[in-house]
Parts: sequence; structure tokens; C-alpha cells
Amino acid sequence: MSDLDQFRLDVREWLEANCPAEMREPVRGEDDVCWSGRNWTFKNEAQKQWLERCVAKGYTVPDWPTAYGGAGLSAGEAKILRQEMARINARPPLSSFGIWMLGPALLQFGTEEQKVHYLGQIARGEIRWCQGYSEPGSGSDLVSLQTFGEDKGDHWVVNGQKIWTSYADKCDWIFCLVRTDKTNKYQGISFLLFDMETPGVTTKPIKLISGNSPFCETFFDNVVVPKEQIVGELNRGWDVAKYLLGHEREMISGGGLGDGAPSLGAQMLGSIGANGLGQLDDGLLRAELAQFDVDALAFKAMAERFTDEMKSGKGHPAQPNMMKYAGTELNKRRHELVMAGNGSDALEWESEASKGGAKARNWLRTKANSIEGGTSEVMLNVIAKRILDLPGA
Amino acid sequence: MPMYLNEDQAMLRDSAREFLKSEAPVSHLRKLRDDNCKDGFRHALWKQFGEMGFTGILIGEDDGGLGLGHVEAGVVLEEIGRNLSPSPFLTTAIAGVAALNHGGQHLKDKFFPGILAGDTVLALAIDEGAKHRPSHITTKAERSGNGFKLTGNKQFVIQGASADALIVAARTAGAAGETDGLTLFAVDKDAANMSMDSTRLVDSSMAAHVTFDGVEVDGDAVIGEVDNGWQVLSSLLRAGRAGSAAELVGVGAGAMDMTVDYLKQRKQFGRLIGEFQALQHRAAHLYSEMEIARAAVLKAQQLLDEGKDSAEIYVSVAKAKAGRTTNLTVREGVQMHGGIGMTDEYDIGFYMKRDRALNEFMGDANFHAGRVAEIFGY
Ligand SMILES: Cc1cc2nc3c(=O)[nH]c(=O)nc-3n(C[C@H](O)[C@H](O)[C@H](O)COP(=O)(O)OP(=O)(O)OC[C@H]3O[C@@H](n4cnc5c(N)ncnc54)[C@H](O)[C@@H]3O)c2cc1C
Ligand SMILES: Cc1cc2nc3c(=O)[nH]c(=O)nc-3n(C[C@H](O)[C@H](O)[C@H](O)COP(=O)(O)OP(=O)(O)OC[C@H]3O[C@@H](n4cnc5c(N)ncnc54)[C@H](O)[C@@H]3O)c2cc1C
Repeated sequence: MSDLDQFRLDVREWLEANCPAEMREPVRGEDDVCWSGRNWTFKNEAQKQWLERCVAKGYTVPDWPTAYGGAGLSAGEAKILRQEMARINARPPLSSFGIWMLGPALLQFGTEEQKVHYLGQIARGEIRWCQGYSEPGSGSDLVSLQTFGEDKGDHWVVNGQKIWTSYADKCDWIFCLVRTDKTNKYQGISFLLFDMETPGVTTKPIKLISGNSPFCETFFDNVVVPKEQIVGELNRGWDVAKYLLGHEREMISGGGLGDGAPSLGAQMLGSIGANGLGQLDDGLLRAELAQFDVDALAFKAMAERFTDEMKSGKGHPAQPNMMKYAGTELNKRRHELVMAGNGSDALEWESEASKGGAKARNWLRTKANSIEGGTSEVMLNVIAKRILDLPGA
Repeated sequence: MPMYLNEDQAMLRDSAREFLKSEAPVSHLRKLRDDNCKDGFRHALWKQFGEMGFTGILIGEDDGGLGLGHVEAGVVLEEIGRNLSPSPFLTTAIAGVAALNHGGQHLKDKFFPGILAGDTVLALAIDEGAKHRPSHITTKAERSGNGFKLTGNKQFVIQGASADALIVAARTAGAAGETDGLTLFAVDKDAANMSMDSTRLVDSSMAAHVTFDGVEVDGDAVIGEVDNGWQVLSSLLRAGRAGSAAELVGVGAGAMDMTVDYLKQRKQFGRLIGEFQALQHRAAHLYSEMEIARAAVLKAQQLLDEGKDSAEIYVSVAKAKAGRTTNLTVREGVQMHGGIGMTDEYDIGFYMKRDRALNEFMGDANFHAGRVAEIFGY
């Protein structure tokens, strides 16, 4: 037996013994997600146990070095862990902007002290992070951002406004893009970390079309940020930001794969019913669902290839843009079909049967997938220029 | 297996790419067509395929082949697609060999040496109607002496008139629509009472209508077991479908490269047309779909090589995805070329024609999406 086969058996055994039954259910909505952090209340005992056991094993960030709270797994081992977790439908023990976005950027650009301090906290789910990039006038054209950090010797004083800051009101710390040089557009931005409880930080929720409001406007009024809380070099924060966006896109692009159930079409038998041939009793919708299932499985193959290539350094650096584009468009299609397939049941907004309108709210939420983290149009621009090398206007 | 080519496979790809680009680029196809070549491919090129070792990819080492798999077959097929190189590779060395691997040693001894040498050509006589419906076979094979007598009609038999033997799917029992009761035969080209009407297709390839009017074959011609031909046919179809999906990806890649190049050269309104965002976004969309199709094809091939059950569904995913994607790519290719894309002189139209034929081969994108729905049970 190869080492990897042995590893698979070990993982399987560990999961069997340690993953609580309640955590082997697909994530059905926001309520099933564990974000952890200073102010977190666990939804149930199983969620807490599952996180603690994974933290102890380094499985919240399996491929990070053990020194920073990871399990130090090789690419092959990490893939096996993912496969085995998927096999039993295990929920992610911890969802975290720290893991998906800040962590990789710190691994690349952080000082040793920053790595030990922040990465450890992230791996253990102690600090919940939010992302302060967008501003009211700077969305797709992010580099035009205006929030300003004035140099005061051993610290900066930050003033300005961010928008769309996901969960800003629930997060502990923010990673934030701040202009530190007004004369240079690209090389005048720095990447700062600070506590959301610092005096001068306030947030105001933004309600979405889904009726939920996990997003905020965030205001900075003379916020003092110590100098050692910069990541990377002064005025070179754009490099960190771009690197991080690559990881953010990688994360968002997974969306099209749904909840682990094999086929969207098969799920519709319950609501639509079958005709005499055993086929969905709506020929046109069946055809659309079949096309969707083809595309979803093809995308799943691409996601696997993408991960394998990234981990082995073979991928094109702009490939995450392609995954983001394709994955989010697919996920939107999935939820359009969920709505169509479930008919009037899916329209209920508040009933208990509909779990508070979960299907409708999820459907509406997905419309942001092709906006957040960079819009589909911007992804296509990047593919055209950086991969296809088409001429600039 | 990681989802990219290993070193050996990448080397094979490089040599296939170099070989096909120099020996059989699109101009090769154009010349065959202009010369009204009655085979639709050149035997000398097939011989070279043998010399390169390509024809032995799916033949086991015990039988003198390379004993490789569907991933390697696909690597060669993608390059064939990219160059629109006409050859019997897919029907003979991939689908044909996949079927013969179920046959007795006498069949392997009879056909494999010729295939390895690039001499022997096989053709597949499966379809009977305009659309691919492999369970709807009505061609009859009745017992006669210690052999069988075949009666029926086949169509879309690619390179049938140039083949040394046909692999024929016929019914020894059961009725159209059933998968039980089929039997596969290897029928020599000069069998009595077999007639062929060979015709040129839109992509300049040649295909035959074949009539079996009481064609006698002996028991040795049976591939696999009598009445259990579905198993052999399924192997043949899996190989042919995954293979044609790989070739389609090559066709799409070739068309996309041509188109993107054109966007970088053609000026209108005082600018390169590749500067227009309307075209950039469509080109970027094509890129993304092509990459996904290529990944789906690789997944299907890997699952086939690993002998996994899920290969069945992924082969259909691959053919459906590659079919739809390449079709989009060739349509966009002609459109983005503007008027010049409509001319015979320019190559992009050749890609559109090959796409149409390959899409139809062994089930189009709708057929395979329907299969995915069936396998998932809805
Ligand atoms: C649910 C959600 C969560 C978010 N979370 C966060 C967060 O946590 N932190 C954070 O910092 N930000 C966050 N964002 C902000 C997000 O990054 C921006 O919304 C996004 O970058 C788009 O910017 P914008 O909304 O200003 O749109 P705009 O840039 O104004 O775009 C409007 C339209 O014009 C198109 N467009 C713009 N430029 C071009 C171009 N050059 N070519 C073609 N088309 C173009 C866009 O594609 C879009 O369709 C979130 C957004 C949403 C919706
Ligand atoms: C069958 C046929 C018959 C014809 N008959 C006649 C005739 O009888 N008389 C005659 O004078 N002409 C005729 N034409 C020519 C026809 O009018 C031109 O082909 C047409 O105007 C397009 O120009 P083009 O072929 O140079 O394409 P191009 O202008 O080179 O366009 C190439 C591609 O770039 C795109 N493109 C160009 N500019 C832009 C832009 N600003 N924004 C976005 N996309 C852009 C185009 O849409 C196209 O997809 C004929 C053409 C054909 C194919």
C-alpha cells in the first residue's frame, strides 16, 4: 500500500470517529455556517466540537505549515482529505475570510512575526476578519480608492469610507486598503490590518434584495493604526491586494458545485413528478436541467484540474479569473433552475415549511456572486488581456 | 491521478503536435478534397501513424502495442482535431481496438499486426438511421451452418469503402430498443452480398451506406459473446465517444486560435478589432468554455483508464460539453472573421464543417445530455 493509500485510511478512520453526525449534512443556508471569532455563539454543541477537533488536528487549514496552525499536508494528502470530507458530506469546520483570503496573502507577504501571530489565530478561528476594499466611488475601478492614511511617525491616522464590507458589524479585525501616497495611483496604496474595536470605526448595515443584511458601510474617523500592522511594503499594498483577490476568486468560484448532491435534475422529481417513461414531467425543464448537470459535472472536473494545477504551480496566474467567471455564472443558473423546479413552493418568503424562504433568499443572494470579488465583465476583461493577450483599447 | 498530463503524456503530446502540424495540417485536408481523394485520407499518412507508434496506444504490450490508455489516445486526437487531419485513427485504433480487445486471440492476431503497422483500416457499422440510437439496431444475424447470415442496412460508416473490415453490430435476438440480444462481428471487406455506396460528407470525409443482403460470416467473426454484444459495443462506444470528444476539443482549440489571431491582425474603424470589448468578452467566454470542456474530457479519460463506474456518465458529459462548446467556438469563429470567414479560401469554415460531423458521430450533445439525465434517473 502506498503512503497515500495509508493516509486515506487514516483520514477515513479519524473522520469516522471525530466528525459529529450533525456535521455530515449539507450546508443549506447561512445558519449552518461556522464563522467563529471573538463574539461567536455556536449553533449547537456539534458545531463547537467539530471545530475544536479540526483545530487540534490542523484540519481547518490542512496545507498550512504546522508552525502556523496547519497540518502541513502535501498537495496529494490535502486532496485526499477534501475527497474524504466530501464523501461523508462533512461541513467545513470553519468558514473564514482569514483562511481563504488573508492567510494566503500573509503566507506570501507577511513577516515571520505576523505569520506566527495572525495565522495561528486564523487557524484556531479566534479572530474573524472582514475585507475593506470597496468604496462608494471605487468598485470595479478599485485602484481609484480614496480612504487615506496619514503618516504620523509610529502610526497612521486613517480617514474614509468603505462599502459592501461583508459582516463588518460581526467581525473582529479588518484587512484594509488605504491610500498612503496621493501622488501615485498604483504604488500609493498600503495594506493595513486593524481591530474593528479601534476608536473611530463605525458600521451601518446594508439590506440586500434577499432581505438579509450581512453587509455594511464602514466609516473610519481618525482611526489610529500602529506601523507594525502593515502587510508587505509601504505603498506596495496593491501587490498584496491582487494576490489576495486571486484567492478570493478561487473561493467564490466553487459555488456552482452546489451542496454535494449529485444532480440538480434528480432533485426535481419530488416537486415536478415523473411521466410514464420515468422522465421529469416537464420536457423543456428536463432538457435545461440535463444541460445544467452536464455543465456542472464538467465544471467540477475543471475545478479539480484547477486545484491540481495551482498546487503544482502549473496553472496560468489569471486562471482564477476564469474559474470565478464560470463558477459564479453556473451558480446563478443553478438557482434559477431551483426556483423554476420548485414552483410556487419556492416563492414562500416567511413560512416554516420554506425555512423562512430559504430557496428564494439563496436565489437572490447568488445574484451577487458575479459582482462581489470583481464582476464577470471585469473577469472577462482580465482573461482577454492576460490570457488571450488581446490588445488594449 | 492529478488532473494534468504527466511527463510521458506531455512528451507524447509534443511529438503528436509536431508530427501532425508538419505532416497533416489543414492544407493537407484541403488538398485531399481538391484532388477528390476517394478514401478521404492518405494511406501513406496512416503508415506514418504506425511508425510513430500511435496506432498501438490501446493495444496491449502482449500483442505488440504500447498498452497505454484513453488519456494518451486523447492527446493524439486533440492534435488531430487541431489540424483537421483526416485519418482512420479514431475508428480503427481507438474504437475498433477497444472492441477487438474483447475478442478472442484469433481476432487480435488477425487484425492487430496490420493496425500496428498502419496498414489495416477498420470501419464501424453501428448506426442505421440519421441519428445515433445504438440500441435501436435491427440488422439481423441469423444462425446459418456454423456461422451467421447478416441482413440489414447501415449508414454513416466512416471510411467504410477504404476499410479492410467492418465492425458490425447486429441482432441475434430481441427487438429494436433492447440492449440484450446484440452481437458484434468483424466482417471482411470482400464478403459476398455486401454492397457499399460511398459518399462524401460536408467535412470532406468519406462515409458509406452499407447493405447486407445475406452476408455469410463464420463463428470466428464474432467479437465477444453471442447475444452479449452490448458489453462490447459499450466499450467501443465509450472509447469512440471519449475520443471524439477529445478530437472536438482539438477542433475547437484550432478554431479559437485562428480567431484570436485574427482579432489581433484585422483593423476596422482605425483599430484592431481585438480591442473591441464586445469581441473580447466573447473570446474570453470561449476560452473559459473550452478549458472546461477539455477538463471534462480528461476526467472521462482518466476514469476510463482507472476502470471506474463513473466513467460512463463522464463520457457523456465530455461528449455533450465538447459538442456544445466546439459548436459555439466555430460559429463565433466564422462570425468574428466577418466576410472572409465565409470564403472557401479561408480555413475557418473547415473547422465549422468538421465540428458538425464530429458532433453527430456517436451521439450529439442532446443525446448525451439526455443520457446524463437517464443515468441520474430523471
Ligand atoms: C454581496 C456583496 C458582498 C461584497 N463584499 C465585499 C467585501 O466584503 N469587501 C469589499 O471590499 N467589497 C465587497 N463587495 C464589493 C464588490 O467587490 C464590488 O461590488 C464589485 O467590485 C463591483 O463594484 P461596484 O459594485 O462598484 O460596481 P461598478 O464597478 O460600478 O460596476 C457596475 C457595472 O459596470 C460594469 N463595469 C465596470 N467597469 C467595467 C469595465 N471596465 N468593463 C466592462 N464593464 C464594466 C460592471 O461589471 C457592472 O456590471 C461586495 C459586493 C457584494 C454585492
Ligand atoms: C456572402 C456575402 C455577400 C456579400 N455581398 C456584398 C455585396 O454584394 N456588396 C458589398 O459591397 N459587400 C458585400 N459583402 C460584404 C459585407 O458587407 C461585409 O462582409 C461586412 O460589412 C463585414 O465586413 P468585413 O467582412 O470586412 O468584416 P470586418 O469589418 O473585418 O469584421 C470582422 C469582425 O469584427 C467585428 N467588428 C468590426 N468592427 C467592430 C466594432 N466596431 N465593434 C464590434 N465588433 C466589430 C465584426 O462584427 C466581425 O465580427 C458581402 C459579404 C458576404 C459574406
